Amino acid sequence: MLRRFLERATLTDVFMWFVGGSIVTLVVVGSYLTLRQGVYTSRHWFDFLVFGLAQGSVYALIALGYTLVYGILRMINFAHSEVFMSGAYIGFFVITAMNQSGFLDDNPLVSLSALFLVAMITSVVIAVLLERIAYRPLRQSPRLVPLITAIGASFFLQEAFRTMFGSASKGYPDVDVLHGSWTLTGEFIIQKIQVLVIVAGALMMFLLYLFVMRTKTGKAMRAVSEDKDVAALMGIDVDAIIVRTFVIGAALAGAAGVLYSLMFRQINAYIGFIPGIKAFTAAVLGGIGNIPGAMLGGLFLGIFESVGPILFLDGLGVAAPYQLKDVIAFTMLVLVLIFRPTGILGERLATTKA
Amino acid sequence: MDQGKPRHWLAVALQLGATGGLAALLICLVGMVEEFSKRYIIVDVLEMGQALLLLILIATGYMTARRLADRPAREQLLASAVSGLVPAVMLFALVLLIEPLNMRSIFLNASPGLVEILTFGQTGVAALVLMAAAGATQALAGGVVPHLSSRTRAPLVKAIAWVGLTGLLADILRVTFTNIPGAIFVLGWMFGRGSGKGLSIPGVVVVFGLVAYATYRRQRRPAGAPGLRSRLDGRKARLVNLGLWTAAAVVLYLLPKLLGPYLSEVTNSVGLFVLMGLGLNIVVGFAGLLDLGYVAFYAIGAYVVAVLTSTAVGNEAGQIVWGPGMSFWLALMIAVLMSVLAGIILGVPVLNMRGDYLAIVTLGFGEIIRILAGSDFLKPYIGGSQGIVQVGVGRIGGLVVFDKPQTVFYVVVAACAAAGFISWRLRDSRMGRTWKALREDEDVAQAMGIHLVSTKLLAFATGAAFAGLSGALFASKIGSVYPHSFKLLVSINVLSLIIVGGMGSLPGVFIGALALVGLPELLREFSEYRLLMYGALLIVMMLTRPEGLRPEATRRRELHESTGPEAQAPPAGMAAPGEASAGD
Amino acid sequence: MTTSVLSARKVTKRFGGLVAVDQLDLEIADNAIHAVIGPNGSGKTTLFNCITGFYRPEGGEILFQGHHLERFTSDRITRLGIARTYQNIRLFSNLTALENILIGEHPHLKAGMFSAVFRLPATVKEEELALVEARRLLGYVGLTGKGDLLAKNLAYGDMRRLEIGRALASRPAMLLLDEPTAGMNPQETREMTGFIRRLRDDLGITILLIEHQMRVVMGISEKVTVLDYGQKIAEGTPSEIQNNPMVIEAYLGKGSASAVLREAAASAR
Repeated sequence: MLRRFLERATLTDVFMWFVGGSIVTLVVVGSYLTLRQGVYTSRHWFDFLVFGLAQGSVYALIALGYTLVYGILRMINFAHSEVFMSGAYIGFFVITAMNQSGFLDDNPLVSLSALFLVAMITSVVIAVLLERIAYRPLRQSPRLVPLITAIGASFFLQEAFRTMFGSASKGYPDVDVLHGSWTLTGEFIIQKIQVLVIVAGALMMFLLYLFVMRTKTGKAMRAVSEDKDVAALMGIDVDAIIVRTFVIGAALAGAAGVLYSLMFRQINAYIGFIPGIKAFTAAVLGGIGNIPGAMLGGLFLGIFESVGPILFLDGLGVAAPYQLKDVIAFTMLVLVLIFRPTGILGERLATTKA
Repeated sequence: MDQGKPRHWLAVALQLGATGGLAALLICLVGMVEEFSKRYIIVDVLEMGQALLLLILIATGYMTARRLADRPAREQLLASAVSGLVPAVMLFALVLLIEPLNMRSIFLNASPGLVEILTFGQTGVAALVLMAAAGATQALAGGVVPHLSSRTRAPLVKAIAWVGLTGLLADILRVTFTNIPGAIFVLGWMFGRGSGKGLSIPGVVVVFGLVAYATYRRQRRPAGAPGLRSRLDGRKARLVNLGLWTAAAVVLYLLPKLLGPYLSEVTNSVGLFVLMGLGLNIVVGFAGLLDLGYVAFYAIGAYVVAVLTSTAVGNEAGQIVWGPGMSFWLALMIAVLMSVLAGIILGVPVLNMRGDYLAIVTLGFGEIIRILAGSDFLKPYIGGSQGIVQVGVGRIGGLVVFDKPQTVFYVVVAACAAAGFISWRLRDSRMGRTWKALREDEDVAQAMGIHLVSTKLLAFATGAAFAGLSGALFASKIGSVYPHSFKLLVSINVLSLIIVGGMGSLPGVFIGALALVGLPELLREFSEYRLLMYGALLIVMMLTRPEGLRPEATRRRELHESTGPEAQAPPAGMAAPGEASAGD
Repeated sequence: MTTSVLSARKVTKRFGGLVAVDQLDLEIADNAIHAVIGPNGSGKTTLFNCITGFYRPEGGEILFQGHHLERFTSDRITRLGIARTYQNIRLFSNLTALENILIGEHPHLKAGMFSAVFRLPATVKEEELALVEARRLLGYVGLTGKGDLLAKNLAYGDMRRLEIGRALASRPAMLLLDEPTAGMNPQETREMTGFIRRLRDDLGITILLIEHQMRVVMGISEKVTVLDYGQKIAEGTPSEIQNNPMVIEAYLGKGSASAVLREAAASAR
């Protein structure tokens, strides 16, 4: 076995193993140094962890949209990041209105529910429009074409929102009910909003899983992602299933948009871009097309990104390591795609040659 | 989806009208209509904002007629007109609702100015009638187009396009003519007085007439007839060629003096993007590798030159700790070399990736470079978010200094010429074929004996070299580098221009750069909506004309005038091609 | 005793749990026309893919002129002298017919980037000769005058011919044809059959073909190997195969009789 592997190994493989090895070494050494210096207490690490979990939940929800669409259409919905953003953005107008009228403080539960609903509907509308106008006509085209269209759609949506509603950042108001934090044993503090994000995220992921595994539509979705043509022969309305997939992915993204906005408060037309790429990284990490994979990938990436910069780089003396958190995420993407393109949980992506 | 019972023409008209209406609403709400209305295409008759709406309505009518192509003409025209009513009604609804719903608090551009433009200055029923009439007639005009004979259609469309273009660029043309002695007196009457005024009516007539006539005559020439040049032979042909090249050289030498500093600067920007476009054209157009992180090589070229030539070296704020302050030309060569190296290094990890994954990973690389460039971590060496200043400029002896736009022009032109020449030679060579095979079908290409690794890396390296060259020139031209100049936007910009021009096509790069970099630079109104238009353009191009405006296959058929010596007749017994093939 | 140009021994290819090619032995004689037949899914194209380097077999070896093909990538195998056509026609669609053939000549050309940009005289000469050769091949496969048409715009029959022309361009010692007569009417099939025979006679190429049409198989092949479920169930001259009950059963029936026959075939090996 080893002999066969060595026969096949080329110069480029050696190069990549060298690079990968260096990165891993750096990470290990950096972590060791950081921990040894002991600048950060367990309370710090707990904070990072919780923050990472919350952010990861957002990534996971968005990642599910990527993975569902990829499973069905074998394309990256590059504009999914804007589906996420649109929910957050329109949600802003709703929550501002509710806040100004006092409705938000009087009926927080109803308000928040309405907020989620509106955001999810907005995202769904954008996603359906995308599918109808930009993706459906190009289903038979060579792969480069829908990808470029998706890129164009992504930029178009970003700019449309910016020019229609103004370049200034919009601030989500403070929600009384979500203000403050709870103290767990000892000095470990967790913010209420983080709890909401983590719990809401987990709940939605669980519901999605049930949906895909148990319901008729869910089974049809899985059938279409296995083999579109055979599913059609079985009498499944492939177009309708595709639309429904977009809808579900968009709904999750819209919810993620609200959660993100409630956590980070400042939003603008560009908030979709980086989380979108990170969510895609998460989907690939877990195995593209694999639903539990996307969920786990998202959570893992969130934690990795929150804990990573400090853990890996602080010990190495890197100034302002948090600036480089995106670099860490992208590097992980590259490493995963090179060394384990099928992802942690593996996926069913066949790459037949002839 | 389009099978089954044919839909009623009204349904088609309403559906397409709704789409057109959405598009119209969109451009109103993003503010384009109001912003563009500041510039006239035809003085006091047609301004850009109106023209935009006009285009949408014509397109709606055209699409409706096309969709109903199998119906009687009367029905088509009626449907077209109706499809123009829908947007008109939608816009009227917008006008009505702006005030009561206080739309301006959400949609910043729902302003009184917009209302004024949409309603032609009228109110109430008069406005509705006027808008409906305008919508219907404009859409009807669009619906008529498919019915024109192809002989009339091409001249008409081209002439209108050129009128639009000259009207938009009227300011620039007037300024240029002022610099050419005598021209302003001859041509000045073609334009309106004042800036942003577009063409005068006589000017419209002249442009329209010229272009329409020229296109009409060009059409009438039988296909495949050899052009003027190929009818000459040997010495005569060489003399003509020499004459043309000399003339071109003279024009290029004089051009910056004619254009003046502002326009020279615009040309330089276009030139830098042409350079990048030629590079990305090799990576995406020839080899089919969608590199979204192309800006990384541009950044590397710029930063290498900046670090190597900057004189702001030291330990104070705004300085970098190491900088040899070498000559620009030497730094330029090193920058290109470093870019090539980067191309190879960043190419290795993506060798086994395809399509979507390749795009995302390269995008990630581009972002990594940008973040590192602006990070505090590397700030001492490359300036962090404050960048590097006092970047060197090129000099020849002590006499010629390339620091003004008019002089930088020559360097940019030289670089573009070199890159264009290299691309041209590569395109028709074994290497170019190899890249194209890679693009068409990677696995079969490998089965043809093509070594994938070296082929891909050479594509990346060459593309990176051009981008690095462009970045180096950029750094010197501006005199400083900042990380925010190297955002993803640049990669998308370059990608858009080669897609609009035609992937793989060399003249397409020039056309794309002129359209997508030149126009926004020249027309300030566009700059706000640049990305928006790129995005829309990408979508529209992919949906309607994915091969671009000037695709490469056309070149082949255009330039092919004579076939070489034919091969001998097929071996006896093998039927001649025309006879037995099924289903021709 | 003819020499074998290709020797495949115990070749096995698995896809997950599915065994597509199962311990297959195959000897191709030099300058022969050898057909591989079998019902759909019997592993014929998979076998081709293993020989040409598209797949790596999990087990076994494939020897060609002393080289172990199972270890090589497809570019190396082509350079050794094996070329192929594809069941579903895989031409370079957006390139012209001439360009397709020119790419086929790739292994024999040497020009690189540097020589292309500077138009060295040796390179110019090489390109000229390559073009002449490409036109000649175009003529040889009956596509004279169609060199500048885009491959995707060719008629179906012409596409098949072009694919063969492209394969010939690499001057192979062995040619693998995957269902060369698929989609052709009887007249075209006859022409193609004659053409294949001429290829072998004129150029001395060894031909290995996958075929469905019995007429073709019986008409031109000297030796036939029959596959079913990835295993060899029979081998011999066309007339021997025609009368072999196991072969008939494999094509006609998937009943319990076939299982018995397959076991019989396995124990007979």
